[in-house]
Amino acid sequence: MLTKVHTGLDPVPGIWWRPAHKAEKVWVAIAFAWCMVLFAMMPLWHFRGGQNPSGVRRRVDPKTYYARTLAFAKQYKVAEDRGVPIVQAPPGSDVYLVGLTFQWYPILQLERGKEYMLHLSSLDVNHGFSLFPVNVNFQIVPGYDYALRVTPTASGDFRIICNEFCGIGHHTMVGRVIVVDETGKPVADNSHAAVKSGDQP
Amino acid sequence: MSALSVSVSRTCPATGRTIHLSAERLIKVNAVVAVVSLLVGTIAALLLVLTRWQAVHLLPAVWYYRLLGVHGMNMLIFFIIYFEMAVLWFASTVLLNARPAAPRFGWFNFGLMLLGTLIVEWAQWSGRADVLFTSYPPLKAHPLFYLGVIFFAVGALLVTCQFFATLVIAKREKTYVGSVPLVVYGAVTAAIIAVITLVHGAMVYVPTFLWSVGLIPEVDPQLYRLLWWALGHSSQQINVAAMVAIWYMLGALTVGSVVLNEKVSRSAFVLYIMFISMASAHHLLVDPGFSSAWKIVNTSYFMYMAVLASMVHGFTVPAGMELGMRLRGYNDGLFGWLRHAPWGDPGFSSLVLSVVVFGFVGGITGVTLGTEQINIIAHNTLRIPGHFHSTVVSGTALAFMGATYYLLPLIFRKKVAFWKLAKIQPYLFAGGLLLLVMGMTFAGSFGVPRRHWDISFSQAPYDVQFNPAVDLFLAMMGIGGIIAVTGALSFIAIAVVSVFFGKPVGDMPRGPDIVGIPPGLTNPPVHVANVDELNEALHAPSRGIFGATPGTLVLVGVFLVAFILYYFANWKLLTFLWKIG
Ligand SMILES: [Cu+2]
Repeated sequence: MLTKVHTGLDPVPGIWWRPAHKAEKVWVAIAFAWCMVLFAMMPLWHFRGGQNPSGVRRRVDPKTYYARTLAFAKQYKVAEDRGVPIVQAPPGSDVYLVGLTFQWYPILQLERGKEYMLHLSSLDVNHGFSLFPVNVNFQIVPGYDYALRVTPTASGDFRIICNEFCGIGHHTMVGRVIVVDETGKPVADNSHAAVKSGDQP
Repeated sequence: MSALSVSVSRTCPATGRTIHLSAERLIKVNAVVAVVSLLVGTIAALLLVLTRWQAVHLLPAVWYYRLLGVHGMNMLIFFIIYFEMAVLWFASTVLLNARPAAPRFGWFNFGLMLLGTLIVEWAQWSGRADVLFTSYPPLKAHPLFYLGVIFFAVGALLVTCQFFATLVIAKREKTYVGSVPLVVYGAVTAAIIAVITLVHGAMVYVPTFLWSVGLIPEVDPQLYRLLWWALGHSSQQINVAAMVAIWYMLGALTVGSVVLNEKVSRSAFVLYIMFISMASAHHLLVDPGFSSAWKIVNTSYFMYMAVLASMVHGFTVPAGMELGMRLRGYNDGLFGWLRHAPWGDPGFSSLVLSVVVFGFVGGITGVTLGTEQINIIAHNTLRIPGHFHSTVVSGTALAFMGATYYLLPLIFRKKVAFWKLAKIQPYLFAGGLLLLVMGMTFAGSFGVPRRHWDISFSQAPYDVQFNPAVDLFLAMMGIGGIIAVTGALSFIAIAVVSVFFGKPVGDMPRGPDIVGIPPGLTNPPVHVANVDELNEALHAPSRGIFGATPGTLVLVGVFLVAFILYYFANWKLLTFLWKIG
């Protein structure tokens, strides 16, 4: 029993603060270096990369936000799909999207290659903004206005899937985003998200 | 020790340690309730996986969301924490030969936890708490649901205090010499993280309870998410620490693992204590409430120090196994120690599968998904449950199952029932989960959301048609889930039949293989007679950088390459997105 090696089940007598073997030291050093790479990537992407979830974040009263969204939709409405306005604001402007059980309002129409300030908020509970099929995901929290600078890189007819449980009708909460190209037509490069029925602009 | 202590304790036939019967009973009840919770969670799992597999789509929406809540609470909270309570009692009493502090109070706390559990089950099954596991306000549940969680958390917190008290007793009564064993040190780590976690639980559930009964007007949804995840994610970090402690324990019991260097392994546990609780920020990476600087600091556990800790354990655990095997004479080649390992010992196969799946799948995906920007393509998709089923389930739950195969003869003094099934159970469970996890991860990469009843969107205003490959991945998830559930039910059947109808162990004669007793107990891993000499030789400087554990260095090298490839592949994927800032 009185050997120098022991298992993790044995109490350790005397001083156990001994130098580690070279192999162990090498692995710890490699692991540490890799951790530094992992750490550096995130700030680095803020300077050199194009996808950062930082945005502008502020508290907002849901009623105020809703009023702002309604005014925005009224001002820039270009068409309608089943009662929901299709809204196209000039590039560079603020566009508003609101989530409420169980729908997204309004339908946004954006131009490819142009930057917009996309505002996201909820009127009631947590929702999840998941842009399909691009797979861009953001959490939507009531009482908070999340404003992201977005530039669509491809045109098409996109969907917004709610991916945060918001009640029993959660799975019916699907919205729509249309991205048109310079000629004003959505390019059909998005075959998986086509309109089920109704008018296509 | 006087004659008095003879009547309240016994000597473990395998390890020669003193087992106090009052502690043994507490270990037993916690383990039994843990297994019952596992059963409830497993039945829910089967129904859920058969619903998410869109081709089957079994449950109606209401029951899908309801059982999702049941599954989360039973698996992530009840099963795991009851088992951890058993581990805390085991580590502080059996491993240190100590008597438990205030065993009667232990029963009171157990009762409190049980009361909380029953209330939560009632609220969930009766449809009064359809708020899923996370219960984000302003979604509201019946007030008793929150109260049940509070009872449970307070009970667990008090047991953790008793664990510390037992350590003090052991120290004062000198039941062991020197420093506590590494396994106990790991349990201490888990207990410290548990205190941090459970205090956050109180911070979040007490105001939410008051809100639910109308005493305070609202709970800030963002603040709730922050505090809730300090409970929700940190509770999984208790598991990580407990799981690593069990890795060291199973290594010692099955192959005579040695601790390469106490300093290194213990420092890694200290890193867990200091940094791992910051991981809760991983859930808030695409939330509006926090700045990028805050997200980067927290999700990196302040410079990935907790990842470093896991990578250290990821080396020292297999290296300890390798050195242990070499010191037993299995010294041939790079991987001779693996070839001669007891693969038919469910304790050992659980250990290896737990380490491999947790490290290669859970660890790598976890760090990647928890990167501030990469989270944009993963948040709330099926990739997330894909990740945590490879950590909490394939890692923690499997390690707990492996430990159970040793606890049955040691604590319950019963032979393991259905021994042949027990030998394949870890492979069944881990294999099924691996399929499930891959199915979920790939489906999530195509944008399939988590916690979602119907991805055919049959009642939605606009159609969403996923890539046809998604059907294949969901089938993979479904089949994997069925296999994993079979593995879990096998474990439950083995545990229940062993405990209540098992053959008593009696003497544990050394040497022969006995049906129902893990080989680590009848053929304990004994090091060669000249163990110190051999150890010295293996560590000789002439063996170079690869030293005593060359096989492990090769394995961790493979791990690192896999990690780097997966990590940067995800950055590459990210660049295909819209510009977002
Ligand atoms: Cu929603």
